Amino acid sequence: MKRKNILQKIRPAVQTAAAVLFNGYAAGFAKGKIFTGKTKLFCVPVLNCYSCPGALGSCPIGSLQSVISDRKYSFSFYVLGFIMLFGIILGRVVCGFLCPFGFLQELIFKIPLKKVKLNRKLDRLFRYLKYIILAVFVFGLPLLLSDKYGASSPYFCKWICPAGTLEGGFSLLALNESLRSAAGGLFVWKTTALIIILLLCIFIERPFCKYLCPLGAVYGLFNRFSFFRTEIDKSKCTSCHGCERVCPMQVEVLKDPNSAECIRCGKCGSFCPESAIKLEALFSLEKVSKEKDSSCKHRE
Amino acid sequence: MKQIKLTSKRLAVVRAIILFAAVSMLLFGIFRGETTVVLQKGVRICLECIGIG
Repeated sequence: MKRKNILQKIRPAVQTAAAVLFNGYAAGFAKGKIFTGKTKLFCVPVLNCYSCPGALGSCPIGSLQSVISDRKYSFSFYVLGFIMLFGIILGRVVCGFLCPFGFLQELIFKIPLKKVKLNRKLDRLFRYLKYIILAVFVFGLPLLLSDKYGASSPYFCKWICPAGTLEGGFSLLALNESLRSAAGGLFVWKTTALIIILLLCIFIERPFCKYLCPLGAVYGLFNRFSFFRTEIDKSKCTSCHGCERVCPMQVEVLKDPNSAECIRCGKCGSFCPESAIKLEALFSLEKVSKEKDSSCKHRE
Repeated sequence: MKQIKLTSKRLAVVRAIILFAAVSMLLFGIFRGETTVVLQKGVRICLECIGIG
């Protein structure tokens, strides 16, 4: 029993440590200024606004839009390289273990009020929204809506990103009177969007991750190939579907354990009474040798 | 349409290709000078991001 729950026990600690690590510039919160060191050359794997006073690295989605909206470039090999690297190594382990905004959503969901699961058809339809946001707001608009000098804006950050409002907006406006006086309609809109998302988090598990996060959308595409995979031992599985009941992302675990929606939180594996579900890193050597044996026998 | 089975060998090949592509893109981006844009954006308060516009 101890072994089963270890992942669930360490996960909150890892999430807390990650939030602190990615936003470790404590002086920023005290002074109301952002970190200007060289570590901002590097992208963190999570959605973490680089205008958060504590942010030590750059947000991959924000950076992607910055380069695309720059006069000189229309595509970012550097940032996409980072995203692909995180994607293939970790996949959506980033979402389940490292993302501060994902962690916040989980904490808010613990508020003991009635929980809601959307109708499956509606849920499936809304899941496409994050891919539309990725295509339109992260890539499309920064590329197409540029001024006469060829510069554009980070439209996802500007109009949607709740992490930016919460981490950057509230912190900086609280500590800087000049910024407070400049806040207008856009800040009202972003605050409204943030409040709506946080309220939804009380009733729906991880709504931003499920329906809106463009970074989760990208990492999900790598889930099938990443070094971290979920494997089901069919000889042990009794098809009780308990794993699907506990899954925060409503993944059909038995049908598609490496779904693009799986955030690798490990709740399915922790729940499974038969220990049939495992989160595997890299590859299983036992599996490779079994496949080799069976192909040799076939030739004989 | 016939589904291609993802054996461990095929998975390893796909991973190697994606890893190689990721590292190549990273290096090419550095060569192109994209890091300057990333750093410049990161060290200035993004007024759009915080809702000032």
